[in-house]
Amino acid sequence: MPTIYIDSKPYEALAGKNLLETCLGLGIDLPYFCWHPALGSVGACRQCAVKVFKDAQDGTGRLVMSCMEMVKEGMRASVSDKDAVAFRAQVIEWLMTNHPHDCPVCDEGGSCHLQDMTVMTGHDYRRFRYKKRTYENQNLGPFLHHEMNRCIQCYRCVRFYHDYAGGKDLGVFAAHNHVYFGRETSGILESPFSGNLVEVCPTGVFTDKLLKEHYTRKWDLASAPSICQHCSLGCNIFTGERYGRLRQITNRYNSEVNGYFLCDKGRFGYAFVNDVNRVTRPLLRNQTIEAVDEAPLMKTLREMLSGEELIGIGSPRASIESNFSLIQLVGRDNFYQGLPEYPAYLSGKVAELVQSGALYVPSLKEIEASDAVLVLGEDIWNTAPVMALAVRQAVVRTAAAQAGKQSGLPAWHDLAVKEATQEKKGFLANLTVCPSPLDEEAAFSLRRAPDTIARLGFAIAHAIDPSLPSLPDISTAMRSIVNSIAGALRSAQHPVIISGVSCYNEGLIKAACTIAAALHTIGLRAGVAYVLPECNSMGLALLHAPSFDNATARVLSKPGVTAIILEADIYRTVAEKEADAFFDACKHIIVLDSMHNRTTQKAHALLPAAAFAETDGTIINYEARAQQYFQVLAPQQDIRASWKWLGKLKGLRAAAGNGQQVHPDEILQQLEQALPAFKGISRVAPSPDFRVHGQPIPRDPQRYSGRTAILANLTVSEPRPPQDTDSPLAFSMEGYPGIPPPALIPFYWAPGWNSNQSVSKYQQEPGGALRDGDPGVLLSGQAVLRLTGEEKPTAPPLFMDIPEAFEAREDRWLLLPQVHLFGSDELSSYTPGIRRLAPQPYIGLGEADATALGVIEGDDIFVWLEGKACSFPLAIRKGLCPGITLLPMGIPGIPVPQWGSWVKITLSEDAEEIRCPSKIF
Amino acid sequence: MERPLTKHISFRRPSLALEEYERTGGYAAVRKALKQLTPEDIQQQVLASTLKGRGGAGFSTGTKWGLIPMGADAPHPKYLIANADEMEPGTFKDRLLLEGNPHQLIEGMILSAYAIQADIAYIFLRWAYRKAAVLLQQSIEEAYGAGYLGKHILGGSWSLEMHLHTGVGRYMCGEETALLNALEGKRATPRAKPPFPQLSGLFGKPTIVNNVETLCCIPHIVNNGADWFKSLSRCAEGGTKLYGVSGKVNHPGCWELPMGTTIRELLHHAGGMKNGHRLKGLLPGGASTDFLTEQHLDTPLDYTSVAAAGSRLGTGTIIVLDDATCPVGFVHNLQHFFAQESCGWCTPCREGLPWVEKTLLSIERGEATPEDIELLRMHTHMLGPGHTFCALAPGAMEPLQSALHYFMDDFERHLTEKKCPYANHLHR
Repeated sequence: MPTIYIDSKPYEALAGKNLLETCLGLGIDLPYFCWHPALGSVGACRQCAVKVFKDAQDGTGRLVMSCMEMVKEGMRASVSDKDAVAFRAQVIEWLMTNHPHDCPVCDEGGSCHLQDMTVMTGHDYRRFRYKKRTYENQNLGPFLHHEMNRCIQCYRCVRFYHDYAGGKDLGVFAAHNHVYFGRETSGILESPFSGNLVEVCPTGVFTDKLLKEHYTRKWDLASAPSICQHCSLGCNIFTGERYGRLRQITNRYNSEVNGYFLCDKGRFGYAFVNDVNRVTRPLLRNQTIEAVDEAPLMKTLREMLSGEELIGIGSPRASIESNFSLIQLVGRDNFYQGLPEYPAYLSGKVAELVQSGALYVPSLKEIEASDAVLVLGEDIWNTAPVMALAVRQAVVRTAAAQAGKQSGLPAWHDLAVKEATQEKKGFLANLTVCPSPLDEEAAFSLRRAPDTIARLGFAIAHAIDPSLPSLPDISTAMRSIVNSIAGALRSAQHPVIISGVSCYNEGLIKAACTIAAALHTIGLRAGVAYVLPECNSMGLALLHAPSFDNATARVLSKPGVTAIILEADIYRTVAEKEADAFFDACKHIIVLDSMHNRTTQKAHALLPAAAFAETDGTIINYEARAQQYFQVLAPQQDIRASWKWLGKLKGLRAAAGNGQQVHPDEILQQLEQALPAFKGISRVAPSPDFRVHGQPIPRDPQRYSGRTAILANLTVSEPRPPQDTDSPLAFSMEGYPGIPPPALIPFYWAPGWNSNQSVSKYQQEPGGALRDGDPGVLLSGQAVLRLTGEEKPTAPPLFMDIPEAFEAREDRWLLLPQVHLFGSDELSSYTPGIRRLAPQPYIGLGEADATALGVIEGDDIFVWLEGKACSFPLAIRKGLCPGITLLPMGIPGIPVPQWGSWVKITLSEDAEEIRCPSKIF
Repeated sequence: MERPLTKHISFRRPSLALEEYERTGGYAAVRKALKQLTPEDIQQQVLASTLKGRGGAGFSTGTKWGLIPMGADAPHPKYLIANADEMEPGTFKDRLLLEGNPHQLIEGMILSAYAIQADIAYIFLRWAYRKAAVLLQQSIEEAYGAGYLGKHILGGSWSLEMHLHTGVGRYMCGEETALLNALEGKRATPRAKPPFPQLSGLFGKPTIVNNVETLCCIPHIVNNGADWFKSLSRCAEGGTKLYGVSGKVNHPGCWELPMGTTIRELLHHAGGMKNGHRLKGLLPGGASTDFLTEQHLDTPLDYTSVAAAGSRLGTGTIIVLDDATCPVGFVHNLQHFFAQESCGWCTPCREGLPWVEKTLLSIERGEATPEDIELLRMHTHMLGPGHTFCALAPGAMEPLQSALHYFMDDFERHLTEKKCPYANHLHR
């Protein structure tokens, strides 16, 4: 650890870091723009200038950019040197020559890094008396507003969008003081990570269009720590509320999970919380007025519950508290999942592997650090976008690390490392059913059927460990690819294999694990990550509940059952006929959900469930990381957390009046007592009675305005704010003003740092872990072993049941889902912008099949689902292997089919079966 | 007086084709080098010749080459690049060499590429030099045809490919690292140094970028030796130099003279000032050098002496400021150029130069206040070396800071008279 002197004071610095990040890590305020911990240094903005001195005698020194200076033992630097101070103020004055003086009406004001840095440097008087340059803005689509006049040319937008995220349609144009950042012409930004520009831009060039629709300054937002609900990665987010509406989602830093970035579905997919389709009142069907008050509701519920046989259908998008409360209400033996047998089985298989302790499941940060990645089947660009972003970093960083090692360049020196790296890439093999933008990063990208990919996986395992079964029928060309992939994995230090369940194929799951087992034999600890469909799929799977098919069998065999459906639209996962059969056989149906949907229409009693922003809960991500989210909205009307409703139902069932009020932490404690798989989950966040110096953690910032007037149109007296007895957070400005424990950080703010850049004050070092560690508890088997100190590199299980090679059939097509980042997810599709980007229904076929059928793109063709012909336009999917057809998942207008089944395709509604010459790979 | 570089340049006839060039002794140096000399021999010779880079910085060519990795472990391909993006205002010396004797450049490049064991050579040519582009393309093809370029040159083991690349007209591309970015198809913004191009240059590979005039010296050094080259000069910096003069002189032009020729002598070659004009000041080496005045007329035009006089030899092409031309307008014209040619990468240059330009214009229009002079002074400090990402803005400040020093009277007259006192305005 080198000792450095800043303004003559000695500090311990981290070797290999630059002076800027060192200063920030030491808590020394130093303004900057172009540097970003995730993007590195380029030395463009000249804002972070400091003086460095040759030695203690040197009184003159030399002005340098701290972001471009490596710390060295004995280094002497001055931040407060008057030349450095004057120069930093001058840089701001230059930037301000063209920057609009409209902070009071600018939507970035109050959370603007440029504003903070301006104040920090002390520049306050305008000497430039000429016209400002102006630009034309572009329409960048539904998510981002573009205001180029505000631009200070820090180049961070293109460095994130292009260099970091691989986007191609945002660039730098023109030169001198007319540099322009945008697209070639107006149009929707293509990258699904575009929303990060809102946070990457140090001022208001790229702002959140959704926020604009219900604008609130950062200081007027009540905020809470939360977890994204739209896929199985569990990205950490902040939710922001004012006037009872969810107004904004921003990134919440977690060094192990999402780091600094989110995908656009996560950032913008929150509109459902404010949607008119919310269930806000309890409803009882078959009444003249369906919405009911408490007393008749309780009376009816008591009738439905008492003495009846209960079953519960758990939900992969409800919290573990709610799912477990349902178990407590109905009993473990009566708890099912809302998934058909096979997908429930696949999730269960993944959960079993993750729980076993034999599998090392890498975090997103660990995936970023991987030097060889193999994707087996899963279309992670669509099913786990931030994981795709992490894989891209793995590819970029592996090459950069090699180039940096050869040329002796530090990793933060982005400009020079990029030059040294050029087009070189780390290793990625992307073996999937359909093409994805990730292919551009891949050394090998292959399009095959899931079974064939699984077989390739087993062949790779064999190439690594020849004692494993071989696959003699693989072609020579394919064998050479298999050997190359095996070679890359063997020679890697941190190989990662990614798969998932979206292909409805068990072979893929087993092949991924078997490759890890093969690598284990040569002493390599390979990470295996399985992507699951929903935010709490892992949590539900860890409860090992039987499938919906079992539930149906149960109610059909024994009528008179009362079914309680927790936060799931069964009609999205189960075929219509089967769902109808289930509901028709139930005597009473109680549904808890936040949105009206086809399942809530079946409810005899519908209970308005809180959305994630209105309640506290814990969800478990793909790596079995339990993370807690906290409510930011006080629920309107009769909305309550599902676990609260279920607690009430429990009381009714036990005829104990209204039941006992329980806190979420108590549910978690009961859960870990009841089910050892969840051991440790109660440590996920401090309990509701946690206080710092006797104070709760305020959701409202200290500058929250209008506290006494915000409801003055309704009442002149200041109403008592909602009380939160479920968490240590308060609906108030009052409380502990310092940095709370990591799980409870409701927003980033530090004196002088109003923008999200204040996150560095919450970190151990810029880009490092949060102080006191990143929040969340890992429940995976390996994590438990690690905690108890018993971790031994046990071998991942080997599977020998290699699937048969896929063979296209003459008259049937294998039906697989195409997950779409925008459109396939139920809740995020309530955001109009996401709906706009979602595809229209289509039937996907490969080029060869389309040619064989004599149809072209856009032709209406028919796919037979449950005996009915459904017509959609043909979409030709490049590379899709013959014999497979795709339907977009979750898109309105497409009935829920049995994925993975063989279906008939015809050219007209009443056409004879057509036979397609089979093509076998 | 020997004029090795321009001896065979005449605009009364077309430039020499390959055979004519060979008859004048052309490509003898290549044959000699490839048959008799090792790359290290040539590097040594060039180092001993005291040749300094003619692009403006005056860095020792031999030393520059000495930093490139050599030997079996050196990364390949290595690149040699001729910087022919001559866009410094007032500078036209490379044009003379490019249009006058293109084979001389190609021979110099083959020798230099051999000395550093480069595999690929590029000529990065200013877009506006269209005649040179045609000639260079023809000459490269001729050289390929004669076996001086391509695989196994002169039957030996060494190969060299050469390409002509015409720029799109950005001054920034004259900066060697921005040139590399432009050549890679990226925006012409400069790179951070270190790492230097010798280690991580074009496409991340070892690269040498040399000026056209520098490269044209190499065949003569190889043919005649380092001592001969040094003997051409009147000072410790070897060789001849292509000097130029523009402005209100009788015969503006470009001459090859011994390094260390004085300003007075050079102005004599230019036929002295035009009738009715007096010398007020001059920029000795292009637009980004400090003014010198009458008191400096006996300064030898070499890198060391001009630096001692408070300016830079730069490209060695003088721009004369006469007494009928407004120095404020003159400097404004320069700053307009620099502000426009800023690449927009770093804040001080991108935002500072337009401010300087606008301030000078308001002084020229008689709309300025004394605070504006202070603003100019402030910029000459704040846009100094080390404050900006590359040397463009510091270079732009050189004529301004010296104008403020030598011609303060003129600035003040603009303020007090509230108009430009000169008949010959330059402002647009």
